[in-house]
Formats: sequence, structure tokens, C-alpha cells
Amino acid sequence: MTTGVDGPGRAQIEERTLRTDRWWLTPLATFIVFSGFVVFATVRAFMGRDYFAEPYLSPFYSPCLGDCVEGASDFGQPFSWWPLSAALIILIFPLGFRMTCYYYRKAYYRAFWLSPPACAVAEPHSAYSGETRFPLLVQNLHRYFWYAAIVVGLILTFDVVLAFRPMPDEYAVGDGETSGVHMGLGTLLMAVNVALIWLYTLSCHSCRHIVGGRLRHFSKHPVRYKLWTWVSKLNASHPRYAWYSLFSVAVVDFYIYLLATDVIDDLRFF
Amino acid sequence: MGYELKMRVWRGDASGGSLGDYAVEVSEGEVVLDALHRLQATQTGDLAIRWNCKAGKCGSCSAEINGKPRLLCMTRLSDFDPAETITVTPMRAYPVIRDLVTDVSYNYEKARELPGVELGPRDADGKRRMMQVDVERGQEFRKCIECFLCQNTCHVTRDHEDNKPAFAGPRFFLRYAELDMHPLDTLDRRDTVRETAGLGLCNITKCCTEVCPEGIKITDNAIIPMKERVVDRKYDPLVWLGNKIGLRNKDNEGRAAT
Repeated sequence: MTTGVDGPGRAQIEERTLRTDRWWLTPLATFIVFSGFVVFATVRAFMGRDYFAEPYLSPFYSPCLGDCVEGASDFGQPFSWWPLSAALIILIFPLGFRMTCYYYRKAYYRAFWLSPPACAVAEPHSAYSGETRFPLLVQNLHRYFWYAAIVVGLILTFDVVLAFRPMPDEYAVGDGETSGVHMGLGTLLMAVNVALIWLYTLSCHSCRHIVGGRLRHFSKHPVRYKLWTWVSKLNASHPRYAWYSLFSVAVVDFYIYLLATDVIDDLRFF
Repeated sequence: MGYELKMRVWRGDASGGSLGDYAVEVSEGEVVLDALHRLQATQTGDLAIRWNCKAGKCGSCSAEINGKPRLLCMTRLSDFDPAETITVTPMRAYPVIRDLVTDVSYNYEKARELPGVELGPRDADGKRRMMQVDVERGQEFRKCIECFLCQNTCHVTRDHEDNKPAFAGPRFFLRYAELDMHPLDTLDRRDTVRETAGLGLCNITKCCTEVCPEGIKITDNAIIPMKERVVDRKYDPLVWLGNKIGLRNKDNEGRAAT
């Protein structure tokens, strides 16, 4: 590197950083956790099975629009001709939302691309064009993925409502349990997951801009200003919601996988 | 309760230099700048340091302490273990003049490129009026003391000198945001911030926010809102179509058409 901190005119210091704290810990942890999630999600998305344990549907497969198992498609099967896993039809939307998210961008630019690995730590690349060229220019489409994320959020909320459905006879673990409303650990996990997904979706920077941030005159738009103040409060915790909802999606999917493969039985509350 | 502080201080100029080892007596409640002043007074009379207010308000004493960009006058010695050696270097994104003093002219050149405020006509009584809620929005941005620590930390120019002509840096994105959110300003800066100031080069890794001694949320409150405004202007096909067929004309929000 000759144009950066080692460049002509700059103070001659050999080390690429003089930081003495553990600056590498956060990017390393991010790298490990994100990589783990990507591997897990990829395997689960391509499996094409064990995503439905009535009445629970995995968030990776919702809405199930392909050739899905009976009971999983609450919105029909318009892509029943699709030869691959049904998850691959819809995952582009949540994936695109997270890939273009302002927080995730910060996290993966640092952890995966080392651009920069941490503040005041010289990056290893000799050239840098930021987000000015394709493919990173596509990051500007974040708001469209946010619109899609609203739809996904609504569908996942509907899934939680369906997760309160009575269990069919074959799942009954006691007398008279198949009538009325049902709630199990799966319902609870799905409810927590959808709450975290809504917090993540509504705390998004594009959401903040759309509801009121784009205005020049808050005073002329009191309702939008109020919305903006609410979203701004949520926005301060956007990174936290990004992490929590990432974990919750994986936990719900894995729980349903364990149910669908008969490894465990659902813990029934009522 | 004084103790002897071990320091490494970079000494040199553009032709070369190195870290020198020193030991200096310090007292309770002192900051790094105090230690450097005592060093200057007792051992290194020719040590060059730029400083002024010693109160974190003039933005002069920016440097790097243990590799982190910080103000010398706002970094307390009590934050460090007394046995620890504190390393002080000049800001590493700028040409060094001597010792801890760097040439920050780049920032003043970028400031000159920024279109200033263009206010609309006055009200009938000759006054200009802004509602309090609109005034408050820009107050955070006006806390900037122009220490240029954000500019120094930003890897876009710190690690890539060749980006300096095309990139204004976080301090000036803050100024762009302040003006673009100003209810009385009439200029549309969305093309300028993208084309001249190079907003697209920023990959929002938030180091500017991390080092800001005033705690300004530069990335969340200035850079990302400006990126979204550029999307409104340049990358949103629905807005483009609406403008093209005349369905949408609110997009300028009091800005002069461009």
C-alpha cells in the first residue's frame, strides 16, 4: 500500500495500526456468526423439506408458493411448477432487505471485506470505489426491499395467528386437546420472532426517511414528524434488532425442523 | 498522586521520523495534552503540538492516542493504566508538517467546494421565520467543532489518497445534511453531494461517528439521510417516473428546480 497511511508526506509509522485494544474481536465475531447463519440458512433453504409441522410454518418458507407439503400453502401454489425448494422463490426479499440494510452493510464491509476491519486500522485493498459502481450501486434499492419486508412481516404475522390453530388429532398429546385455540412453544417462538422482525423492519433507516426524514419542513407535517420521532427512537437500536431477529428466525426454523423430523415434540401450553 | 507516565511520541517531519520514548511526571486529573506540555517544558522544547482552548471546543489538538483518533485535551490519563505506555502520533490521513502537527488544508479546500446557504425571499414584514421544530433538527450538526477527527478516520481517504479530489468526507456531509434539511434553503444539493462530494464513496462503516468528540450521530443523522435523499433524486424509478409525467412535484420541497 503506497497511497494510504504509508503514503508520501504522511507521518512514517510502520504499523498499520497502533491500536492496543482488541479491535479485531467484533469483526471476527461478526464474521463467524454471519457465516454460520449463511451456511445454516443455505442448507435449510435448499433442503426443501422439514419446514412444516402443523400448525407451524418455517419463516424461511413463508409464504410457501411452490410445490409445498399439504397445509403449508396458505396463499396457494402459483409456483407449483418450480422444480427447486420453495424457499428459493421468496427468500430474495428478506435476503435483499438484510443485504442492503445500512447496519448489515457496515457489519459485513468490516467483517468480510475488511474495508476497513476497524476504525483507524488500515485496510488491505489498494483501490476503493465505495458504492459508486455496480454491483454495490444496488445498495440504493434498499427502500424497495423495505416495502417487500413490510409484506413479509404481514405474512409472518398471519403465520403466528395460524400457529394458534387447534392441533389435528394425530398431534394430540392428551384428551380433548384438539379443540379450541392452541398454543405451544412453537407459537411463542414464532410470536417473539415476528415481534423482533417488526422491530427490525420499522427501525430501518429507509423507513425513517420515508415516514418523515425526507421532509424539509417538519412543522408543516405534524403527523409525519411524530412518526419520524418514533421511528428515530427505534432506529437507535436498529443493529440490536438486526442481530436478535437473525437469531430468532434461525431458532424458529430449527425448532420446526426438529418437530418435522420427530426429534422432539412440541411443548404444549394449552 | 503523581506518577511517572511512559510515553511514545512521534517526532519528525515529511522527510521521516520515528517514535521516541519518554517518561514524564503527571498528576491526578490531567489529560494527555498536559503530559505533552510538561514534556515540551522539561525535555523536548521543540516538540510541535497544535492546541488552543484545552476545553474540547476549538478542535485544534486532534491526534492519535494508542492508535485511536482523539482530542489530546479531552483524553484523560485516568482512562489508562498508570503502568501503560501511551503512544501519541499525528493524524495519519494528512501530510505531516512536524511532530504532532499535520497539514489539514484538504478540509478547507473541501469546505470551499460546498455551496452555501441560499435563502428564499423574506416574509412581507421583512423577516424570515422558522418553526422551532425545524430549527432543532439542525442543532446537532452545529455542534461540530471541526476537529477533523472524522475526516482523519474515514478510510475512504485515510487508506486511499487518490480519493481525496472526489470525496468531501463526513464533516462536509454533515454540512450538506444541515443545509438540505434547512426549511428556508432553496438550493437542491442532492446532485452536488453525489457528484462533487462523492457521497457514494462512503460505505457507512460509521468510524466517523465512533470518533466524534461531540457525539454527533454523523452516519445515522446526516450521511444516511443524505444517501436516502440522493436515492429520491437519482435512483428511485417511481419518483423519476412521477416527475417525468407530471404526477409528482412535491419532491423538491421548496428547493429550486434543477
